[in-house]
Amino acid sequence: MVKSLRKWWPLFVLPTALSFVFGFVIPFAEGAYLSFCQFISISNPTFVGLSNYAAALSDPQFAHAFWLTALFTVTVTVLVNVIALAIALAFTRSRLWGTNAFRTVFFMPNLIGGIVLGYIWQILINCVLANVGQQLLALNTHAGFWGLVVLTLWQQIGYMMIIYIAGLQSIPSDYLEAAKVDGANAWQTLWKVKIPNLMPTITICLFLTITNGFKLFDQNLALTGGEPSHSSELLALNIYSTFYSRAGAKWMGIGQAKAVIFCLLVIAISLVQLRLTKSKEVQQ
Amino acid sequence: MKANDISRRGFIGMGATGLLGLALAGCGKSGDAGSASSGSGDAKKGSVYYLNFKPEADEQWQALAKAYTEETGIPVSVVTAASDTYEEKLQSEMSKSSAPTLFQVNGPVGLQNWKDYCIDLSGSQVYGELSNPALALKADGKVYGIDYVEEDYGIIYNKELLQKAGYSEADITSFASLKKIADDIQARRDELGVKGAFTSAGMDSSSNWRYTTHLANMPIYYELKADGEEDTDAIKGTYLPNYKDIFDLYITDSTVDPAQLASKTGDDAVNEFVNGEAVFYQNGTWSYKDVKSLGDDKLGMLPLYIGAAGEEKQGMCSGGENYWCVNSQASADDQQATLDFLYWVVTSDKGTTALADGMGFTCPFNSAKETANPFAKIAKKAVEDGKEPVTWAFVHIPSEEWKKGLSSALTAYAAGTAGWDGVQAAFVDGWAKEKAATA
Repeated sequence: MVKSLRKWWPLFVLPTALSFVFGFVIPFAEGAYLSFCQFISISNPTFVGLSNYAAALSDPQFAHAFWLTALFTVTVTVLVNVIALAIALAFTRSRLWGTNAFRTVFFMPNLIGGIVLGYIWQILINCVLANVGQQLLALNTHAGFWGLVVLTLWQQIGYMMIIYIAGLQSIPSDYLEAAKVDGANAWQTLWKVKIPNLMPTITICLFLTITNGFKLFDQNLALTGGEPSHSSELLALNIYSTFYSRAGAKWMGIGQAKAVIFCLLVIAISLVQLRLTKSKEVQQ
Repeated sequence: MKANDISRRGFIGMGATGLLGLALAGCGKSGDAGSASSGSGDAKKGSVYYLNFKPEADEQWQALAKAYTEETGIPVSVVTAASDTYEEKLQSEMSKSSAPTLFQVNGPVGLQNWKDYCIDLSGSQVYGELSNPALALKADGKVYGIDYVEEDYGIIYNKELLQKAGYSEADITSFASLKKIADDIQARRDELGVKGAFTSAGMDSSSNWRYTTHLANMPIYYELKADGEEDTDAIKGTYLPNYKDIFDLYITDSTVDPAQLASKTGDDAVNEFVNGEAVFYQNGTWSYKDVKSLGDDKLGMLPLYIGAAGEEKQGMCSGGENYWCVNSQASADDQQATLDFLYWVVTSDKGTTALADGMGFTCPFNSAKETANPFAKIAKKAVEDGKEPVTWAFVHIPSEEWKKGLSSALTAYAAGTAGWDGVQAAFVDGWAKEKAATA
């Protein structure tokens, strides 16, 4: 078995490897090249060197979007993971009535597309704001930011909850019994037994929430569209508007340069996070 | 424990559904590509691929394409971009090997992007069919685009309600008289059974273009006209006080509280107008299909008065922002096939009927049929009566970014969170900034 695997592995890897190369590596390389060019359609770009990067980095709107995205990602990452873990603990610990139904309910928002969610929440939040006499989303930077946070929580908690439940269920029950026999209370069991054993799951969930936070686009576009005056515009939306809100080959190149910077940033942050949390993982 | 186990079968089921979805999506895509590229099957005759801008006219274009293929055997495929995504769609389609042979630009600003992709149409038959060659999109002595639909806008009103209030169209000849009547209707709105004189001036993206583009045309038009200029890199905002006057009128004599305008949509305004909750509604010929349920005899249109000098002679705002361009990167056969197709569309009985009746367009071609659209008729009558149509100066607006900035500022002004200074800055400083950014 092992021998034949050793012989035939390229054949098994081939389909995935090919789709990875065609679907990711080649477009990515082409995209990176285009960030040094001016272009309208990608079939005939003109090389312009580093000027796109200079323009991207000197754009105050891009810097604002970056800091806002960082703030947003931190907020969302903390809240999503804390709440998702809490719900997962509740659903695995006791035999609550209707546990499965609740799990389904929590997971459902994840199945709805971001644009649809954005518009639904826009109507909801605007209704609430109008009733409490506050300015509507299009005029209200704070409401825009917290609206996005609430929307993202609503969408992602269910998904992370499922991963946490799976993680919690894979903790050997001997550990939990041993803790019980030793007289550990629930709090101690959580911190000394469950969380250390959950570290691989936490790594995954943190990775997903951080990258999702940085990449958030459709929800942002539909909920606030960056209003008022770009102040609720996250990075991905900033790139999009750089691309499409002005005519001319110049802006495509600048948008592309922003996209490459964005990509490198997300990769760097995820790598650091993976390294940090991986070092905390324990062997079962 | 069992109850708490995540059902593995459930997960597998979900995964399988997902895969199936992907597979179906894949099929759909390849199906599309097949139909689009099937055009290039017969290389000798060439083929036509039209990337259509107007979603409301998609059905008619599909029918026209089919009819033309039946008549001539030349394959024509029409793809329509979803509303508001034309530029994105065009960019991605143009990068393909089977790129559109026929596409649209919206005027001089849009042409900036696509000039290198347009052939010179000056010698083409379809250019010869233009009833007014001035309507072609020209640059550097070449004809890059052909305007195929003339549209008009102004203030649409409900004749019945205006009469009920004791007025007629003849009473409104200037901004002052419009304001007087609107104020009166607003004051007596309960008695008249309306919610306001004007429909809500929604600042949602489905509606804000009525103010950031169409209404903004007025101060731009009058300033360029006064200065005798075609376009400018630095707009002064001479007529901004007039722009403020009419916008104030829209938001005060309105169906809703100005603070709510930020979330009001285009559909909201249509519904208010169709349900007889408002008398006036700023829009154009293209909105006929939305409001025709009121009945043609109740629909009227007034010029968009802003109080500029000499406005008693002002007609409707007439122009076009739909220019046909033929892809210069396409093969010579495909280019010829495209030109032949266009010529057929603007001269044949089927083509002209579809343009006039099906799509409701007033087309600037010699053999164009007259459309049944009452707003187009009103605009035509105004010209016959010696009124001077207002041209679409908004085609010189430097960028979408300028409109966005103006929209944010108008929204804040309407809600009272910022003063008119913001609008002034977005209009004047934004113009200079965006002209420089897109130079």
